[in-house]
Amino acid sequence: MSNIKLTIDGKTLEVVKGTTILAAAQMADIKIPTLCFLKDRSAIGSCRVCVVEVEGMEYPLPACKTVARDGMVVTTSSERLTTYRRIALDLIVSNLSEEAWKVDEASSAADTNNNQLQTLCQEYGIETASFKTAAPPKPKYDSNPFLSFDPNLCIRCQRCVGACNSAARNHTLRTGKKGTRTTISAPFGKNWKSTECESCGNCAQACPTGAIKAKVKLNYQPGEVQTTRTTCPFCGVGCQIDLKTKDGKLVDVEGANGPANKGLLCVKGRYGSYNFVDSNDRIRTPLIKNKQTGEFEVASWDEALTLVTSRLSDIKKQHGGDSIAAFACSRSTNEDVYLFQKMARTVFETNNVDNCARV
Amino acid sequence: MVKLSIAPKSHADAQLTEYLETYARRIQATPPGMCPLALQLTLLQASAAQTCGKCVPCRDGLPQLAALFEKVVACQADESTLTQIKELARMVKGSSDCAIGYEAARSLLESMNTFAGEYSSHINNKVCTQDIEQTVPCETLCPAHVDIPSYIALVGEGDYAGAVNMVRKDNPFPTACAYVCEHPCESKCRRTLIDAPLNIRGIKRYAVDEAPVDTVPIPKRNPDTGRKIAVIGGGPSGLTCAYFLAQMGHAVTVFEAHKQIGGMLRYGIPAYRFPRERLDEDIQAILAVGGIEVKCEVTVDARQMKEIAETYDAVFVSIGAHVGKPLNIPGSDSKGVYSAVELLSTIGDGNYPDFTGKRVVVVGGGNVAMDCARTAVRSGAKSVGIVYRRRKEDMTALAAEVESAIAEGIDMILLAAPVSIETDEQGNCKALHMQPQLIGPVKGGRPTPVDANKDQVRIPADIVLMAVGQDIVTQPFEEYGMQAHRGAFVADEYLKAQGLENVFVGGDCQTRPATAIKAIAAGKVAARNIDEYLGYRHKLTCDVVSPEPHANDRTPMGRVDLIERPAHIRKNDFEDVELGMSLEEVKQECARCLRCDHYGCGEQEGGRVQYV
Ligand code: SF4
Ligand code: SF4
Ligand code: SF4
Ligand code: SF4
Repeated sequence: MSNIKLTIDGKTLEVVKGTTILAAAQMADIKIPTLCFLKDRSAIGSCRVCVVEVEGMEYPLPACKTVARDGMVVTTSSERLTTYRRIALDLIVSNLSEEAWKVDEASSAADTNNNQLQTLCQEYGIETASFKTAAPPKPKYDSNPFLSFDPNLCIRCQRCVGACNSAARNHTLRTGKKGTRTTISAPFGKNWKSTECESCGNCAQACPTGAIKAKVKLNYQPGEVQTTRTTCPFCGVGCQIDLKTKDGKLVDVEGANGPANKGLLCVKGRYGSYNFVDSNDRIRTPLIKNKQTGEFEVASWDEALTLVTSRLSDIKKQHGGDSIAAFACSRSTNEDVYLFQKMARTVFETNNVDNCARV
Repeated sequence: MVKLSIAPKSHADAQLTEYLETYARRIQATPPGMCPLALQLTLLQASAAQTCGKCVPCRDGLPQLAALFEKVVACQADESTLTQIKELARMVKGSSDCAIGYEAARSLLESMNTFAGEYSSHINNKVCTQDIEQTVPCETLCPAHVDIPSYIALVGEGDYAGAVNMVRKDNPFPTACAYVCEHPCESKCRRTLIDAPLNIRGIKRYAVDEAPVDTVPIPKRNPDTGRKIAVIGGGPSGLTCAYFLAQMGHAVTVFEAHKQIGGMLRYGIPAYRFPRERLDEDIQAILAVGGIEVKCEVTVDARQMKEIAETYDAVFVSIGAHVGKPLNIPGSDSKGVYSAVELLSTIGDGNYPDFTGKRVVVVGGGNVAMDCARTAVRSGAKSVGIVYRRRKEDMTALAAEVESAIAEGIDMILLAAPVSIETDEQGNCKALHMQPQLIGPVKGGRPTPVDANKDQVRIPADIVLMAVGQDIVTQPFEEYGMQAHRGAFVADEYLKAQGLENVFVGGDCQTRPATAIKAIAAGKVAARNIDEYLGYRHKLTCDVVSPEPHANDRTPMGRVDLIERPAHIRKNDFEDVELGMSLEEVKQECARCLRCDHYGCGEQEGGRVQYV
């Protein structure tokens, strides 16, 4: 692929042909504000916050979806751009209830993405909505156990649609009633069970205002949690996740940008992967069945391991290695599972190994 | 979705197409006198309704603009609202993703310049400007403000003589207008809302065919006033002025440079469009008023003009635009190259050219070019072509004229700019060389042609007729003291010649080449204003009463169009090309009239444009 040269704010850059102005700017650490743009998911040019001046053009162009051309001269800030961006934000917030954009530390949304509108409004000094329309509040969609949608906070940027279409590849979340009355048909209402939605929550992670919200977010404030990057233990895909802990307890998970998941997660990873840690049903010590009562009884690790070793040795001696199969849990790490099969082959002398990573 | 469907993407689209036709007709019938800002608001609302809802400037901006604009229309806005609208509109224009958004804002911003006066009135005076007031469409748009609904009703009742006099009240050329008027009166006819505009000209033609105007007695002339008025130029404008002044009781002398009076109606329009004997009917009737003296073959020079202005109480200058503009390209002085208007002028006195066996090329795209080309066909030309720099739809000739010319076998050589004329050793025209054109950017509302990257083309031509516009001979009158600007006389809206006491001027020589009805209207205005200048305020009656209207028939019904004689027959003679309506047709057509003089705004104070 050939390269082209362009100038952004006086900096000359060389980029691969087909790169957008926004992507080129980001490579050069030049900041262009965006709102409706979501990398790899949605670049429909809805919010017009990313407009930039291009030399020779009478009107500004959206950086997110304009492909850079050789010799292009781009300016990312000017009085006109600031005015246009301000008016765009003003028009957007005029349709919203104030909690969607007024900066209020205590209530600010927890997801890193979910307060983008607030941040932009702050940056551009939007304090009042000049085009306030007195529309009656719309009902929330709140029946899904994990997710809710509040149309009163929605800016119709369609990032969620992009996430559901091209990330979750589910095509469940769509725009409804196109035109001035464009809405988002989020499948979280009363009939949520009969929709195709998998409750993966990628839409919630994409939303820049918190209109689509993961309900777990209501349990904590962003300042209260610590983040730990790790691998989702639920299956063998190896999605990268950011675990959120509050007072030593796991409270939430966000998809991190790992090579396997690129920021996405499935419903199990997002809402199930950490829940078993503190589950009441969880077995916390070894248990040995009392032959008389038929009940499991608490045992020490030594007792348990001794029992397992002697029983397996007996079986091997009487029936041979092939009578044993080793089945690993896919919630274990790769390293553990590797050692486990190694033990099966060398110690038990069996090739009957498998695991449950087919979920 | 794996299945494909052949149904339209949106099931409403098919119905919508029909509905849009209704919508378009409503826009076409926008009544004259409507507030332009109220109209702009509907455009804005329509644009907002068209949004796909994707981008903020259009989806959210247009409804907000419409809401703000509503205040302007309601005269509840102030300068700050206007500033807010302007800022928002600039942003919508500058950052909408597609034309639905940015065009809506552009047209709004443009209207702020175009209708600046109206905006200022709404903001500062809290009312529309004074002339924002609806009036009867046909009558308002007829430059002479003829009482159209009344004469249509008279024709509908079979009173053709009454209809002729009803027309005459405002226009002494009923026959000319029945044959060649461009009928601006039809352009916003209210009937368009239901089906199509009335064929007003066709109805008038029926009246003058049934009751030739020279057989219809003219209302009695006022007693002599003893005042003398000179009219320079006996065309439609001059003769109209003479007619009304004579009616009022003044004595009029018409000075005409040609052999006969009639102006462009005789020396510009060929007989196959307007038979000479029919023109004579109008002229006979005008002269029958009495008190009009006609002096033909008198070319008024500066000295005579001075004398006339001194001897007469008032002068009306209406000399028309009779000189063909030259096209200065190499070879344009060769034998066989003629000016179109001069050709038509010669024909006016009955001297038809003989083009037998000749290849004729006409340069130009106006009505004169069509008239010349069709005349050439009738004069025996072997082939006739019209060479025009732009496209067919850019031609200034009436679309119907172009169509008729094509039907008569005339070639339209479009997007071709004449470059030079090739001659033989004797200096005879041999061919026309042309540079192909490319239609380019729109300037001043019209797309301009530019040279295309193509080789020049040559068409053989024995005769080249230049129809590229007409000039006005202002020089002698300027010498006398009249003012001219860019080749046309200068007058105020009351047609008083600038800087002179008793001189009035109007018609083509003041407007530049325009239509017969505009010239007629100017003659009427001049007559009224001369009368007033002389200290009178004569009232003229037509002695005909407008019939009582019938209730509107709202059944959609096709418009009766006039048909023409078959092209292969008509192109061999100079007889009238067009055929009039039958009685059955004219009755049906008259019945479609909604009588806007009675229903709607026409009945209320200020709803009419009528003089008494
Ligand atoms: S939760 Fe996942 S599947 Fe459901 S709407 Fe959101 S992105 Fe689509
Ligand atoms: S729900 Fe969120 S992501 Fe989806 S359109 Fe609304 S604001 Fe954008
Ligand atoms: S400007 Fe075009 S793309 Fe944007 S909302 Fe309007 S119709 Fe849709
Ligand atoms: S309907 Fe009749 S009165 Fe109304 S505009 Fe048409 S011709 Fe005139």
